[in-house]
Amino acid sequence: MSNILYYSTLLRTGKISSSELTKIYLERIEKLNPKLNAYIKILPEYAIAQAKKCDEILSKEEKVSPLTGVPMALKDNLSVLGLNTTCCSKMLENFKSTFTATAVTKLFDKGAVMLGKTNLDEFAMGSYCNTGIYGPARNPYDLGKSPGGSSGGNASAVSAGIAPYTLGTDTGGSTRQPASYCGIVALKPTYGSVSRYGLLTLASSFDQIAPMTSTVTDCAIVYDAICGHDPEDMMTFKRNYEPTYPKLSGEIKGLRIGISDDFFATSSTETNDSVMKAVDFYVSKGAEIVKVKLPHIKYALPIYYILGCAEISSNFGRFDGIRYGYKTSLPYKDVDDMITKTRTEGLGMDIKRRIMLGIYFLSKQNYKEYFQKASMMRNELIGDFSNAFNTCDLILSPTSPTSAVSLDFTPETIVEKYYADACVAPANLCGLPALALPCGLDKNGMPLGMQLMGPNFSEGTLFNAGYAFERECSPELNPTTGVNYDI
Amino acid sequence: MTYNLVCGFETHVELSTKTKIFCSCPTDFGDQPNSHVCPKCIAEPGTLPVVNKQTFIYAIRAGLATNCSINKIVHFDRKNYTYPDLPKAYQLTQFTEPICVSGHIKLDSGKIIRINRIHLEEDAGKLLHKGEYTFIDYNRGAVPLIEIVTEPDINSIEEAREYLEKLQLILRHIDVSDCKMEEGSMRCDVNISVNKPGEKLGTRSEIKNMNSLSFIEKAIAYEYSRHVSAIQNGEMLYQETRRYNESDGTTSAMREKENAQDYRYYDDPDIPTIFIEEHFIESIKRTLPELPADIKNRYLGLGLSPTETDLLIKYKKVADYFSEAIKTGDPKILSNYILGEIFRLLETEAKKENFDIMISPLQLSSLSNAQKSGKINAQLAKKALSEMLKSGKSWEELISESDMQEISEIDLISYCNEAIYNNSNAISDYLSGKEKALKAILGYVMKRTKGKANPEKTENLLIELITKKK
Repeated sequence: MSNILYYSTLLRTGKISSSELTKIYLERIEKLNPKLNAYIKILPEYAIAQAKKCDEILSKEEKVSPLTGVPMALKDNLSVLGLNTTCCSKMLENFKSTFTATAVTKLFDKGAVMLGKTNLDEFAMGSYCNTGIYGPARNPYDLGKSPGGSSGGNASAVSAGIAPYTLGTDTGGSTRQPASYCGIVALKPTYGSVSRYGLLTLASSFDQIAPMTSTVTDCAIVYDAICGHDPEDMMTFKRNYEPTYPKLSGEIKGLRIGISDDFFATSSTETNDSVMKAVDFYVSKGAEIVKVKLPHIKYALPIYYILGCAEISSNFGRFDGIRYGYKTSLPYKDVDDMITKTRTEGLGMDIKRRIMLGIYFLSKQNYKEYFQKASMMRNELIGDFSNAFNTCDLILSPTSPTSAVSLDFTPETIVEKYYADACVAPANLCGLPALALPCGLDKNGMPLGMQLMGPNFSEGTLFNAGYAFERECSPELNPTTGVNYDI
Repeated sequence: MTYNLVCGFETHVELSTKTKIFCSCPTDFGDQPNSHVCPKCIAEPGTLPVVNKQTFIYAIRAGLATNCSINKIVHFDRKNYTYPDLPKAYQLTQFTEPICVSGHIKLDSGKIIRINRIHLEEDAGKLLHKGEYTFIDYNRGAVPLIEIVTEPDINSIEEAREYLEKLQLILRHIDVSDCKMEEGSMRCDVNISVNKPGEKLGTRSEIKNMNSLSFIEKAIAYEYSRHVSAIQNGEMLYQETRRYNESDGTTSAMREKENAQDYRYYDDPDIPTIFIEEHFIESIKRTLPELPADIKNRYLGLGLSPTETDLLIKYKKVADYFSEAIKTGDPKILSNYILGEIFRLLETEAKKENFDIMISPLQLSSLSNAQKSGKINAQLAKKALSEMLKSGKSWEELISESDMQEISEIDLISYCNEAIYNNSNAISDYLSGKEKALKAILGYVMKRTKGKANPEKTENLLIELITKKK
């Protein structure tokens, strides 16, 4: 059941006011967040003020957006004027944004009510939401498990019913993998369809702001609200963004679904079985299954990490302790010394690792061997997908190789950790839209997820295919934190 | 055996666009520190650059005016380095795909100085050192710059000066930059090497960030002798970056760290590749004004001297005014007015550059015509002009108002007779063949008539009267 449509109906028929709904959510948050640590900042006054405004609008205007008066939450790497945007990093612990992200402004304009800011891995680098300064977020299905990352706080909050929907950010699977861990829906939009203005950059050519919701319908509604050309982000496309929500029919007869073995090679049997059941469902509804070949997909992760780290290394140079953010409290002898100390103290291990890798990949002696090669291979991979999409409309794969890992999970090597992104990173690498949604449960009742990836601007097709599945065979999702979805 | 001097220039010029290259903050110079600063200027996280289209227009104008080809595909690269005046820790520049390539500037000798490229980039902020503190002013940050890079075609200090002056002149005439070295809107890096004729280029050093023509000349001279004596003494020369020391006119190597910079250039992912369409370039071409070299040829063709011509085109406003006035007036007389009376009034270079005067080109040309036709003489014209510059009135108004009317024929005859009577010595000198003596008699008449006599007429009349007397 769509959260947004359900609440919107209640709000518009006067069964509940936005203020009341907001208070209910704030109470839930108060009750559940200490267990989940999904929110790192709760903003009751801010939310109530916005809700009151919405109540005025709702009482006066007939035609309002379904988002009007419905609460939501933002990952804490999205800027809101006057509020802290910490990225869960010591570096920005006290950093106040001086403007609001375009995507957020678009939601606010439609009457969204912000409950608070959610937890993430420091600067959105990580897969388990456990590297931030506010401690790890937890999975509502099993508090001993990770909600995934980096947008783990968002996934945990939506899954536990303490946020009707949220905006996360997706650079290499950061919304889809946690969606998979927590049994929710996330869309990584086509690169350039949602403005990045106000998103605290991780890797510029990969980052997209992404809706994380409990249903595909909600995801479509939120995507429709935030997409569009923005003069503040030159990489956004000027085009006609047709609303996707009104076109959700669930009709998928004749849809050509591509399957590539490579995406199943790294996943657990349970995950693969669950995704294959979805394939069976689609076949039963008249879809056609097409085997696709992506010759360069095996290079996707190395390319992703080389290019991603390169971009990170230059994007993070601005944190020097001079204009904003953390500044060393130790004595220093000159400005270089100050900058070094500030960065040493203010940035976490994972960030430093990626910055150093990035500098290495871009340095004169390595540029050709790493950065240039990876850039060329990125184009090859884009070509692979574009060939594949000549024979199919979308590609179905697992989202994450396994269900949620335990909170104290430590991968044997950094590379193993990075390989958890094998199915999700290619969409960021190639700019493609990808929808993650729950497709089953493992033997312990933990959600498993599948991913639908399509050509640029195929969000409508992805939503429709996701909607068809969700409508008829969504798994019994039941987080053990015992949240009652009804009001 | 003498050594050739080989120089190449990298000249940074601030564009005079109203706003910065990636945001809408003003580019004004000299205001309160950090008063033209927005979240983008200080690289607040979450901000993104938005390219100011005007900067492309300006850069293309500069390219067209220096005979460059305009690249149709342009993108920005990041030049990564950490310095407090560079908030993003990278400078956005056009490293791999500059907007203009393969141009040239022609020196008066006919020698061609090839321009390798012109690219667009952003300026950095300014550091102000006060005691043990350093203050940062980000007003200049992200002010648009073009960098004009020549081939190593400059072989003397004179050529260096001429190249820079020509470049300055062109960029001022096309309204791309005010090129004020003293305000830092034009700064030069000079690459210098020496070699023997016919040999390959020597090891080069680069002197960074010079902001005065005379420093550049001194620095080149110093570097030339440093290189030559190193070679002659068998010492090693290193390819290195040096700074010019204003106090003693020497140069010295920058720290090793500054020399070993690896800028880790790569495509900026925040700005898409920009495609420049032919019709866009054409439309800019159509608005390009006449270039200084063409104006100069035109003026020379009107019979003006090279010196006069250079003075008239030094500032665009002067040349514009002059070009307008000569449409209806006499070039030589107008040139004299401007370089004489008017420039005397506009005593500073800044005032000349602004060329803010009370009278229109038409008023001035009308005066020149009156003088040319003999309606009024040069002296009177000069006086009228100085009055016109004060009041903004036309010469007709002034001459009828005051007693500037030329004296009558009859009066003139009596003044001439008086002159001849009182200057008998000069008369006899004149009669004995010293033609110059006539000037003294003429001077007498002029003095008596307070300049209201027409010198030409007076001279003729005097000759007539003296000859009669004889």
